Amino acid sequence: MKHIISALVENKPGVLAQVAGMFAARAFNIDSLVVGRTEDPKLSRMTIVVVGDDRVVEQVRKQLAKVVPVVKVQDFAGEPVVARDLMLISISAPPEKRPEILSLIEMFKGKVVDIGPKFIMVEVSGPEAKIEAFINACKPYGIKNVARTGTIAMPRQAKTEP
Amino acid sequence: MMSKPHSSADSAASTDQSSIKTGAQIIVDTLIEQGVDTIFGYPGGVVLPLFDRLYDAPINFIIPRHEQGACHMADAYARASGKVGVVVATSGPGACNLVTGLATANMDSVPVVALTGQVRTELIGNDAFQEADTTGVTRPVTKYNCIVKDVKELARLIKEAFYIASTGRPGPVLIDLPVDIQVNKTSTDVSAKLELPGYRVRTKGHAKQISIAAEAINKSKQPVLYVGGGVISANASEELRALAQKANLPVTTTLLGLGSYDQSRPESLDMLGMHGTAYANYAVQECDLLIAVGARFDDRVTGKLETFAPNAKIIHIDIDPASISKNVHVDIPVVGDAKLILAELVKEVKPHPRKRWFSKIAEWKEKFPLRYDKDSSTVKPQYVIEELCRQTKGRAIITTGVGQNQMWAAQFYRFSIPRQLISSGGLGTMGYGLPAAVGAQVARPDATVIDIDGDHSFNMTMTELRTAVEHKLPIKVCILNNGYMGMVRQWQELFYNKRYSKSYLSNPDYATVARALGAVGETCERPADVPKVIKAMLAEKRPCVVDFRIEREENVWPMVAAGKSLNEMDGLDILERLI
Ligand SMILES: Cc1ncc(C[n+]2csc(CCOP(=O)(O)OP(=O)(O)O)c2C)c(N)n1
Ligand SMILES: [Mg+2]
Repeated sequence: MKHIISALVENKPGVLAQVAGMFAARAFNIDSLVVGRTEDPKLSRMTIVVVGDDRVVEQVRKQLAKVVPVVKVQDFAGEPVVARDLMLISISAPPEKRPEILSLIEMFKGKVVDIGPKFIMVEVSGPEAKIEAFINACKPYGIKNVARTGTIAMPRQAKTEP
Repeated sequence: MMSKPHSSADSAASTDQSSIKTGAQIIVDTLIEQGVDTIFGYPGGVVLPLFDRLYDAPINFIIPRHEQGACHMADAYARASGKVGVVVATSGPGACNLVTGLATANMDSVPVVALTGQVRTELIGNDAFQEADTTGVTRPVTKYNCIVKDVKELARLIKEAFYIASTGRPGPVLIDLPVDIQVNKTSTDVSAKLELPGYRVRTKGHAKQISIAAEAINKSKQPVLYVGGGVISANASEELRALAQKANLPVTTTLLGLGSYDQSRPESLDMLGMHGTAYANYAVQECDLLIAVGARFDDRVTGKLETFAPNAKIIHIDIDPASISKNVHVDIPVVGDAKLILAELVKEVKPHPRKRWFSKIAEWKEKFPLRYDKDSSTVKPQYVIEELCRQTKGRAIITTGVGQNQMWAAQFYRFSIPRQLISSGGLGTMGYGLPAAVGAQVARPDATVIDIDGDHSFNMTMTELRTAVEHKLPIKVCILNNGYMGMVRQWQELFYNKRYSKSYLSNPDYATVARALGAVGETCERPADVPKVIKAMLAEKRPCVVDFRIEREENVWPMVAAGKSLNEMDGLDILERLI
C-alpha cells in the first residue's frame, strides 16, 4: 500500500542526505520525495511517498523519527488528506489539433503556461491519479517532456473534498 | 565583540569565561568540561591546531599505530568504563581509517565521539589534498554526524555530540572540523544550550505497558528472559537480577549480554543463538513467554525467524522504538530505559516456583552441557579458556577477536560482571581484540585485561601491541592459533565439502613478533604446559603475548546453521560422544 509520510525536519545542511541515506541503507523504496520550506524558517517539510506493507512502513516511520534532525513524523495513511502533485507537460500541438487539446486542458483544469509553434506547455496540479490521467489523455498527441514534483499533502478537517 | 553571561555551573572546568578563544581552545575546554580525561588519536595536517592545544592539556593521550586501532580503543574504553570514548583523526586517510571502528561501535551501540580534521572551509568540494567527504562516508555508520561551519557553533555541537552519543540508544557521533574553524576565534560561549528539537529520549516506560508485562510474566508457566547488551549499557544488571530472582525466570543472554547476569546462578542458561547452549536454545523454542530486554533479535540469535520461539508471547523492553517489531512481532512493547522499567517490573511480578519448567531445563542442562575432549594430546582452545577463567577467578576483562576464538571465549569463560566481556558482536570485526584490550586497560588500569584472539584476527591489528608497550599497559594476549581462519574453515568443512579455499595463510612466529615489539612473547604447545604458562602470563607486569598452538581443526559446537531453527542444532551428537 502507498503511504504518504510527512516529516518536519530541521532546516540545515545535510538533512536531506541523512534522510535519503537512511532510506537507501535500509532498502526502503521511495516513490517520491518533496522538500520545501514551512512557515517556520528553522523547519522544512519532507513529504515522502513510500510503498510497502504496514510492517515496512512502520519501520520507515520509526527509523525516520530516529534521524536526529527529524523533528516530527506523520503517516497519513487512513486519514483524510489533501494530496497534490504538480506537473509541467509539453505536448505536441499542431494548429489543427489545438482546439481539441485546449478543451482537454480545460477539462483537467490545466493552465497553458507557454506556447510555441509546435508545442504547448501546460501546468496541471491535483491528485496523482488526475495527473496520470492527463498524461494518458495527452499521449495520442505526443508528449515532448514531463516534469513532476511528487506529492505534497496535508490532513484535511472536512471529511470530503469540497 | 560581546561576550554572553555564563552560569557558574557551566564554567567549572574552563578558564576565563569572557575571553576570546580559538576553535581549538574551545574544543579542548569543552572536552574537559564534558569530563574527558583520555583521548585516543593520531595527528595530521589539518588537526594540528587542535593537537597544539592538546600539547599541554590535562588529558591522557594515547597514540595508536593506526586510526582504526584508536577508534576500537575509544570504543572499548567506553564499553569498559561506561563513559564516552573519544577519538581524534586527521582528514582524508585518517578519517577513512576510522570507518571500521565507527561501524563496530554503531552496531554495538557504543558511545564514541570522533573528532576529525577537515580541509579549509573554502577548499571543501575541490578535491583538496587529503580531502574526503567525511560526513558522507561516515553517515551510515554513525548515530549522527555533522560538519562545523561556524566557530560560534563549535561548543554547542561538541556538547550535542556527547549528549547524543551517550543517551537513548548510545552510538558513535562524528564532528568534522575544518582547520580554519580550529583557528578562528570567537568570544567564548561554553554555556551554549543544546538545540536538538528532533532528538527525544524516552526513559520512563509506559506504566500500563509495564503492568501488562508483569501480568504476562505472572501468568507464564514457561518464561525465558532474553537479555542483550542494552542491559549492560543501561547499568541495569542489578534490576535484572532482582527480577529474575523474584519471579524465578531463567535467563539467557546474547554475546553482548554476557556479564549482565551471573552465569554461576542456576537459572542462567548461558548464551543463546548460533553457537549458544542447547539448553538456552531449547528453552527459547519451548517457552510460552519471551521477555527480551535490551536485545534486538539479531539473526545470529533467532535463527530462522518464522520458527523462532513459536509458542511464545513476546515482551520487548528497549530504549529504541525502532527495535520493536523490526524482525519479530512483539506483543507487549515497553519503550524506555531498561533500568527504570525493570525496577518497576520487579515491584509488580510475583514469586512463582515454575517447578516443571525448571526441571525440564535441568534435564537439558544435564543432557547437553558444553563439552570438549579433555584427554586430547593437543591444546584444546576450550581448555585454555577454562584455565584462564579458573586462574582469574572469572573476574578478568575479556576482549576477543572474531571467529571461533570469540565463540569459545563466550562459551567457556564464565561471566558474572557487567562490562567484563568486550567483543565486536554486531559487526564482527576481526582485529578488534587487541586495540580493545588496550582501550579497556586504559579505562581500568587495575583490572586484568585479556585478549582472547584468533591468529588471523590478531594479524589485522597486531601493530597496536607497541601501543600497549609504549603506555606500559600490562594487557595479556592469548592467541588461539589454529593456523586457520578457523570459523571460515569450519563453514567450509560443513557447507563447502572441506574445500578450504583461501582460509589459511602463513603466520609469523608470534612470540618473536611480540618480543620485537617490546612485549613478552611465549609459545605453548602442550596441554600440560597450559596452567603454568597462564600463571606466568598473569604474573607478568609487561604486555604479554602467548601463542597457543591449538588443535587445528577444532569446531565450535553446537551450531545452528544459517537459516535453521534454533532447535535444529548440529554437533550435539559429537558433544554427547565426548562424555
Ligand atoms: C575484518 C573482517 N574480515 C573478514 C571477516 C570474516 N571472518 C569471520 S571469522 C574469520 C576467520 C577468523 O580467523 P581467526 O582470527 O584466526 O579466528 P578463528 O576462527 O580461527 O578462531 C573471518 C575471515 C571478519 N569477520 N572481519
Ligand atoms: Mg585462527
